Amino acid sequence: MTITAEPGHDIATSGAPHSASPMRPMALPSPRGPVSTELVGLFTGPRQAPLQGCADAATESLAASDDMLADDDLQLALFLMYELHYGGIEGVSDAWEWDPRLLAVRETIERAFEAALRGAVRQPVATREVPEALFALVEADDGPSLSAFVERDATSEQVLEILACRTIYTLKEADPHSWAIPRLHARAKAALVEIQADEYGGGRPERLHATIFANALRGAGLDDRYGAYADHVPVEVYTSMNLMSLFGLHRRLRGAIVGHLAAYEMTSSLPCRAYAKGLRRLGFGAAVTDYFDEHVEADAVHEQLAARDLAGSLAEDEPQLAGDILFGAAACLAIDGRLWGGLRERFERGESALRMPLP
Amino acid sequence: MSAEASAQPVSITACPDGPLLVRGDLALFDDDGRPVQPTRRTFALCRCGASAIRPFCDGSHKLVGFRTSPPSRSPAVTFDDEP
Ligand code: FES
Repeated sequence: MTITAEPGHDIATSGAPHSASPMRPMALPSPRGPVSTELVGLFTGPRQAPLQGCADAATESLAASDDMLADDDLQLALFLMYELHYGGIEGVSDAWEWDPRLLAVRETIERAFEAALRGAVRQPVATREVPEALFALVEADDGPSLSAFVERDATSEQVLEILACRTIYTLKEADPHSWAIPRLHARAKAALVEIQADEYGGGRPERLHATIFANALRGAGLDDRYGAYADHVPVEVYTSMNLMSLFGLHRRLRGAIVGHLAAYEMTSSLPCRAYAKGLRRLGFGAAVTDYFDEHVEADAVHEQLAARDLAGSLAEDEPQLAGDILFGAAACLAIDGRLWGGLRERFERGESALRMPLP
Repeated sequence: MSAEASAQPVSITACPDGPLLVRGDLALFDDDGRPVQPTRRTFALCRCGASAIRPFCDGSHKLVGFRTSPPSRSPAVTFDDEP
């Protein structure tokens, strides 16, 4: 089979509600408080404008916030700073990515973020090998399951809300874990690349998981442009995304991003099967179920590769990282548990998961 | 793919309490002798019998408590805030 790849500069269609591929960079979302207001002001103002207002707002908000993991404003601000390293933000100068003044503000928030995580997530300790500990950790995780709810009870409207909440990560699925590739070596690197190659379609652009997900969004009548629901999604979506970016962008935390990926893959195949069943129950078509069907088989493989060849090898080669590998896994379970378990609780109370209704 | 890579012998790794992980080029046939095309380079074959996508593993081995060796009596993970 021959695939002719066109250079990906198809900006002309960026105004279309349902483009053929997710458009990047994302549109600037609405601020959610003083820090993101300052940040959006900076991003849309002159490049040399002073940052002190943004830095002060961050320090004040951090001091005032009793749970920064659930702080809409701080998490959105951090997400926007990280987004400069991914697809960028429409109308925002690329020079902001490495502006040392902005990096200093980011570090202030990151420091508090990591401290909050270390406070909220119990540090697991392996009594035998790390892979065995990972399997035990995942098995013991018994939070409320959103996938079981989707399989049996969810309405179509609720499914659309879940898909909208997934867009922030899944339209760039696998990207935050790819930051770790140059920071790993030998067996762990080979294992990560093997997993990521699968995530990125194994050389077939149409099988990129992010692309399959974009198809699912369009199949469900949703907008597949990156950030289309940035104003809709609850803070937990940003906390979950920021967790991956924090772990992925810091070499120091390479153990944690590896553990995160392991836990993510180890909790994917059975839930994806339940999602696919629920989607079929509600009459969603093959374009929508394809994404979840693909992950049933793929992640049953990835879970073994991630736990054993990736995390297990890394723990053997760099034993000092074992604690962070398990911490990253536990953080994934805790933060994603808050996100998806929280959605289920809201649905069960008859509430929407979103901050505003879908258009 | 280089000739060297395609000449790699097939390897099968038994995952504790889980599937058989298969790497390498091989022909796979289903119950009726029809060829099955694996969709990825490394794939997992179910050995617990519970998968809904046999011959491939779908993670069901965890639901049915499939064990390839007797479970250890001590937990594989504890928490550092535990006494
Ligand atoms: S071995 Fe995984 S489902 Fe049977």
